[in-house]
Amino acid sequence: MTAQSATLVTQDMIDSKDVWGEPRVSWPVSASDIRKWAQAVYWPEVPPRIYWDEEYAKTTKWGGIIAPQEFNPFAWPLEGAYGQAAALAEITGAPRPESTLPMGSGPGLHAMNGGQTMRYYAPIRPGDVITSTTALVDWNERATRLGLTMFITHETRWTNRNDVIVKITSDVLIHY
Amino acid sequence: MAINVYFEDVEVGQEIPGFTRRTDLMNWNRYAAVNDEFIPIHMDDEAGRQWQNERGAFGMGNLRTAYIHNMVRNWAGDEADIREVTIQFRAINQKNDLLTTTGKVVEKTVVGDDHLVRIDTNVVNQDGAGTAPGYVVVVLPSKDGDRVGDSGKPLGSVNQFLVARRVVGDDA
Repeated sequence: MTAQSATLVTQDMIDSKDVWGEPRVSWPVSASDIRKWAQAVYWPEVPPRIYWDEEYAKTTKWGGIIAPQEFNPFAWPLEGAYGQAAALAEITGAPRPESTLPMGSGPGLHAMNGGQTMRYYAPIRPGDVITSTTALVDWNERATRLGLTMFITHETRWTNRNDVIVKITSDVLIHY
Repeated sequence: MAINVYFEDVEVGQEIPGFTRRTDLMNWNRYAAVNDEFIPIHMDDEAGRQWQNERGAFGMGNLRTAYIHNMVRNWAGDEADIREVTIQFRAINQKNDLLTTTGKVVEKTVVGDDHLVRIDTNVVNQDGAGTAPGYVVVVLPSKDGDRVGDSGKPLGSVNQFLVARRVVGDDA
């Protein structure tokens, strides 16, 4: 058994606390993106009409199609998807990029998704372009059955083209 | 427009209908296809075992989160407005698990014009084990916008939500 370090806090964490990252901008959300998301999460049921039937959606208080709250407009970036660089390197014979943990790099050998809180504001609609920015906002280190364990909280803020808040998410990553 | 449930008709202690799905590999892949979530631990049994899950690949937390949303939306209808969802992942979703979400109304209150209901939630597997406890705050349609909530006391999480809303200056 290897000796356990006294802390999992890294200088990188200290330096990046409360520093908001470079904004990411989504592709425009299409009605079909919304429909397919709804079909996937409600499968095999036909999803609610609010997600695919514009005429029906106009009769609701929303006035048109909206996305399910948990919809992710950042899926399928042209570049930067998980594993994309490594797979490309394998095809081209280029050196493999440094590996990263499946749930984000950080202290410790392992990481898992501890949970999240999502607060919803304006809904996402077809045509929206969403901007996202994330900061490491907090961490908490303690001994658990996994050994020395770090709970790291990131906050992510999404805004639409009118600079209106769409969603604020707090994610807890567990590193051990 | 369809209203499923009014705020006034909801009672604290009431359980709402669950949302059930069997999470086989096709189910996970269908979700991965829209969320671009092709991560080895969710796709490949060997990768799952390397990640200390003896049974292999395991399910995405995000999909369980979607099931919680589905349960609340199916119950509350299109005129409701989910404001906050919290979920903690306490146990793994194994391949072919039969998952059922649960929801129990624990508080009602009125803040401004919003008629808010807080629902404690979980995602329970076929063995009866809760895998992902959490809660949802949802605004329901009201028969009378002036009526005061049953509990008469504020919801902590809702207050946090309202504070955050003011901070960001969003009145949408």
